[in-house]
Amino acid sequence: MDLNLTEDELAFRDELRAWLATNVPKDWSDWREKPIEESFPYLRAWQRKLQEGRWAAVSWPKEYEGRSATLMQQAIFWEEMARVEAPPMANSLGLGLIGPTIIAFGTEAQKKRYIPKILSAEEIWCQGFSEPNAGSDLAGLQTEAVLNGDHYIVNGQKVWTSYGWVGNWCELVVRTDPNVPKHKGLTVLLVDMKSPGVEVRPLRQMTGESEFNELFFRDVRVPVANVLGKVNDGWNVAMSTLMYERGSYGARLHLTFKRYITRLIELARKTQRNGRSAAEDPIIRQKLAQCSAEIEIMRFNQMRAFSRLTATGVPGPEGSIQKIFWSELNQRLQQIAQELLGSYGQLLAEDPRAVDKGLWSYAYLRTRGNTIEAGTSEVQRNIIGHFVLGLPRSY
Amino acid sequence: MQFGLSESQEFLKDSARKFFAGECSSAEMRRLMETDTAYDPTLWSKLVDQGYTGIIYPEAYGGVGLGKVELMLLMEEAGRALLPGPFFSTAVLAGSILDTVATPAHKSKYLAPICRGEARATVAIPEASGSWNPQDVQLTACGGKLTGEKYFVPDAAVADFIIVVARNGVFIVDPKASGVKISPMTGMDLTRKLYAIEFSNAPAEEIGAISNLPRALDIATAALAAELVGGMQRTLDLTVEYAKTRKQFGKPIGMFQAVQHQCADMYLETESARSAVYYAGWALEENSPDAATAVSIAKMYASDAARTVGNRGIQIHGGMGFTWENDIHLYYRRAKASETAFGDATFHRERIASLVIDSDCVPAKSE
Repeated sequence: MDLNLTEDELAFRDELRAWLATNVPKDWSDWREKPIEESFPYLRAWQRKLQEGRWAAVSWPKEYEGRSATLMQQAIFWEEMARVEAPPMANSLGLGLIGPTIIAFGTEAQKKRYIPKILSAEEIWCQGFSEPNAGSDLAGLQTEAVLNGDHYIVNGQKVWTSYGWVGNWCELVVRTDPNVPKHKGLTVLLVDMKSPGVEVRPLRQMTGESEFNELFFRDVRVPVANVLGKVNDGWNVAMSTLMYERGSYGARLHLTFKRYITRLIELARKTQRNGRSAAEDPIIRQKLAQCSAEIEIMRFNQMRAFSRLTATGVPGPEGSIQKIFWSELNQRLQQIAQELLGSYGQLLAEDPRAVDKGLWSYAYLRTRGNTIEAGTSEVQRNIIGHFVLGLPRSY
Repeated sequence: MQFGLSESQEFLKDSARKFFAGECSSAEMRRLMETDTAYDPTLWSKLVDQGYTGIIYPEAYGGVGLGKVELMLLMEEAGRALLPGPFFSTAVLAGSILDTVATPAHKSKYLAPICRGEARATVAIPEASGSWNPQDVQLTACGGKLTGEKYFVPDAAVADFIIVVARNGVFIVDPKASGVKISPMTGMDLTRKLYAIEFSNAPAEEIGAISNLPRALDIATAALAAELVGGMQRTLDLTVEYAKTRKQFGKPIGMFQAVQHQCADMYLETESARSAVYYAGWALEENSPDAATAVSIAKMYASDAARTVGNRGIQIHGGMGFTWENDIHLYYRRAKASETAFGDATFHRERIASLVIDSDCVPAKSE
């Protein structure tokens, strides 16, 4: 065990720090609060800048403009990005989830066709996975693709699609064989969102905004050449994408959560409670300390998981611990914020008296989604129970 | 950065696991817990042969000179076996205090016999208040003599010397000297016996100042958290095994999500406690500026998690979990004793608060 950075890791960090120091935009805070439709060109430009510095996809192989970064270097990358409060990248699903899946399963022609434009943010990618009747039971999805000559004809509906409104391409999971056990009849298609018959509708969520979309497919023609991986092997392809989703996300959250707790401590100092500052209230102190400790443990867990995965190279069920840990911790963090803010905690961004421009009321509502998106806590516990502990499958 | 065990660390952990499985089986542990002291000279000499009594101490005093991470690994395996007797009291607690506060002469006199396996020892900190915080100690030495009481002293009946924390220094007392009366306290944990000690003008030899105690206590605290992790892992293993084999309604109970999800939580808590303990071991070894915080994080989390893992483990075992013959309650008993020793989760949360909230900057060791 050696938690000091190696020479390679230090060199990677220093090169990145130097690059960020001169390139990270200074005006992101002016854009952050705006609707994503307005800030999207800004995020595209930022991703292109990162690509120029070969920082857009550090985990990717060098032949695809990546840096073949180790898991530790990836963790360093996200920590440094969070440290300077860098904007997110426009094509975050393409870079983080779909690109790696295409690199792993795609044909040479597909890699050549799609990868460069993922990197340049020229083509934005979204994911068509969940359906109204297939959430946790993803393998039960019903969107069907019927072979007709050299095309598949796709009919069905997808939901909870991030970036659907701006997506040029979609990693779509469809049923190609309804007559075999449900996991065995799925295929992943790469679908041009401009194809006739594709309709995108905003899905208004409990926070009031629309981060996600519903996608409707009516007799959409998709060329056979757009199958990713093998026909009827879509479950493996889709799972690989989801493992990337669960594995890497925790690394970017440590500093974000640290920033939250620092802000909460400041709030506690300013808040009067029973004639003294809430920072002196023993119960508030207990809660802040618990959260602060768990934020560190989240990071220790991540580092340990990365060290284990470095040997195998592919993220596995360990990601489920991280997913449960960060999502439930974020909800506890927001609950403490609400306790500190009292009646002010409910004020929305529109109210001039809202603390921190309504950040806390928004986060309180938004974090309810954390234990649902990217695999519910219940599904994550099923994964741990079955795949890690070897208990019999419960469903 | 490599937050996994090195080959030699894996080897140490594996060999400790095999050693305890062979020398301290459940039957042997149960035999010892039924004795007055839970101490067995034969088992002790085997621990000594492995070098475990001197694992982290300098070779100059007969130790092995390994680091704090290695100590965490050894204690984790000792905890998995619920090792009875004075190993923690002697080789971790007394040893760390001698190593950090004593002069070289005192180390030769007291630490070296511990490393060589010739002496058992313990440390007396809490008094009637039950507090493990050295700042709450009232006992004061006067003219080289001690008068007063110490409670919750582990393994005192088999100690060849007792390290006593007083307001004005750290002292060594010979338990056989006049004016020292040791009487058992009957605690939940049957594998680590507790004692009350009454001193009436007992002769005491000063070995150092209390100002150096915090680091030694941090080492012992982290090691106790590591021991809790081993107990949690054993509780989890027993529970998962039971959930796979016990059938109700024609199915293994582990197939039911109400059971399976509790097992998943036990796993999450065990792994998280392990991460916190390994980090604390590393921070202590490196003398990192956040070492004290890291120790409190580990003890805080492990104290709570060991209890909740035990709660779930007993619940999933159903009626079997409530029987004397099932080992799971023995781990639960140790977990309760260790939860309060060296400060419970509430104590350590307040310590984290004072380190994190009351300082202007949040200490971030992320380089």
